[in-house]
Amino acid sequence: MLKIQNLKASVEGKAILKGIDLEIKAGEVHAIMGPNGSGKSTLASVLAGRKEYEVTEGSVEYLGKDLLELAPEERAGEGLFLAFQYPVEIPGLTTTNFIKTAVNEIRKYRGEAPLDAVAFLKMMKEKMAMMNIGQSLLSRPLNEGFSGGEKKRNEVFQMAMLQPKMAILDETDSGLDIDAIRIVANGVNKLRNKDNAVLVVTHYQRLLDYIVPDFVHVLYNGRIVKSGTKELALELEEKGYDFIKNEVNVGEGV
Amino acid sequence: MWLTTALHQPERMQLHLSARWAFQVQSMKNGGIHGLVISLIKIISSRQKKEGFSKTDLDGIRLPGHEEANELVFVNGIYASEFSVIRSKELVVQSLEEAAGNENKEIVALHFGHSSSLLKDGINALNTAFVHGGIFLNIKKGTVLSQPVYIYTITDARRESVLSQPRSLIYIGENAQAELVETYVTIGKADSFTNQVMEVAIEKDAKVGYYKIQNDRQQANLVSTTHFRQLGKSYLHTVTISLNGGIVRNNLNVVLEADHCEAHLYGLYFMGGDSHIDNHTIVDNVMPNCFSNELYKGVMAGKAAGVFNGKIFVRKDAQKTNAYQSNKNILLSADASVNTKPQLEIFADDVKCSHGCTVGQLDEDALFYLQSRGVPAPIAQSLLVRAFATDILEHITPKAIHDYVEQLISQRLEYDLP
Repeated sequence: MLKIQNLKASVEGKAILKGIDLEIKAGEVHAIMGPNGSGKSTLASVLAGRKEYEVTEGSVEYLGKDLLELAPEERAGEGLFLAFQYPVEIPGLTTTNFIKTAVNEIRKYRGEAPLDAVAFLKMMKEKMAMMNIGQSLLSRPLNEGFSGGEKKRNEVFQMAMLQPKMAILDETDSGLDIDAIRIVANGVNKLRNKDNAVLVVTHYQRLLDYIVPDFVHVLYNGRIVKSGTKELALELEEKGYDFIKNEVNVGEGV
Repeated sequence: MWLTTALHQPERMQLHLSARWAFQVQSMKNGGIHGLVISLIKIISSRQKKEGFSKTDLDGIRLPGHEEANELVFVNGIYASEFSVIRSKELVVQSLEEAAGNENKEIVALHFGHSSSLLKDGINALNTAFVHGGIFLNIKKGTVLSQPVYIYTITDARRESVLSQPRSLIYIGENAQAELVETYVTIGKADSFTNQVMEVAIEKDAKVGYYKIQNDRQQANLVSTTHFRQLGKSYLHTVTISLNGGIVRNNLNVVLEADHCEAHLYGLYFMGGDSHIDNHTIVDNVMPNCFSNELYKGVMAGKAAGVFNGKIFVRKDAQKTNAYQSNKNILLSADASVNTKPQLEIFADDVKCSHGCTVGQLDEDALFYLQSRGVPAPIAQSLLVRAFATDILEHITPKAIHDYVEQLISQRLEYDLP
């Protein structure tokens, strides 16, 4: 589904990603872990198409297409979704109006007719129940004054509404208490099926107790330095990131 | 006309003459005698020519909700009673000349020309100097107008260039309530310049909503002065919306002349092309304990240029004044510009005043956020502009007018919310 090869990217001339290789198949859940500043969020942003990041080398193939050639909205149209680490507050635009626009623009991209009001409402109600979100939250301006938990629930709610094929969760657990993590993870799990894939970017292992990954990768200094199964996450939790740093630095003869 | 005025109302003739003197002095300062002569010729040649305008013309430009509104129509600066519809029987509409001679003459004498106390400029004096065809509205003590007053300032430039100078004086008596909606429409292709002055006197416990909607053609030039006096503890709510025009200048003055007055001033200007929009506001705190809040927002596209100049005066006696002002601007193109200038002059020592202004572009993070959810860049931009305008639009209380402005903005953005 997603094939990243030797991906290098920089921001304002500073190299952040230094050659990422990663393949994700339909039905899989991958987790990317790593210490602060390792490039986790940069990878998520590059995949979603944030223009501040310049791809200097490498390729990303997504469902047979060159992902890097697509505008951010086209990526969304192709079923890519990024749940933001810091969802943006937009005063004056209600969540409902926004999500309706997004749903119908994606349908338009795919050559489908817009959802009528009844179908849209039905879908909203279903996903609201799933994410434990009330109507009042959706009638408020997008993310404005939302608590950390509300913002993240709103992200996963939007994900549920847009039904992506490839979902990237960028530190969706940060700033959440354990109950909120459970709700968010539960939402993600309900969306998992054999045809879609999830990439979870996280600093801590605890989210992975709820969204159980098939593969865990450790990103350090712009490269994936170790890959394994969910046990790797537990090992990291126990030993901390220093053991990875030591391994890498020894390997490179530092 | 000037002669009859001189005969029947010598005091107003005096105002005429002093204004004419002020105008001449200002004109000579600004552009010399040549400009003055040209202007005079234009005025004389264009005045009194509302003929040629028809009811069919009017039907094409009436505002939504007009079926349940009082409609007052000015054509080329002259009040046209034949096109106007007074639906509220309690609304008194008279010509200024008539009012200056009847039982309202004291009101007229007290308030007519008061705007010149704050606007010592030739343009204001020009209107006063040649006042003709203006109206006086009286919303008497205790009257709650259930239907809004729509005021159309129409410039018919189909045959020739027009300089029009509409004038009105509105008196809102004690405990009265009214909503006023103004709009400006120019038809025809010739040059036009409209120099409008409206003065409004608000008595104790009265409540006034005022909405100015400007979406004229791009060649239409306008100076629109609206001057409010809050004479007793009263409530004023104003929203000024400018969406199109040539050179447009709005002077909005609010003089708080009694304790505990409250005034809200909202404005949105969203201009493109070569338009120029000025908003000059004055909140003049004369007496203590008044509250005023001002929020103006601007979106500038194309080569449009804008000016916001917000003055707040707090006079020596106006202790415990609360006065707030904010002006926020978004530039959508590299050729658009805004100059913003808050100006506070405070002579009292126990007041709360604040002001702030920003000029920037649309938030890149917000744009990316919307795009990443599948919203194409141009639509994302439209959504953000509309979102930016929301906290002004929501203050347009008459629903028909609110929806109308929303629709105008959607047309401009070429995008409607689903």
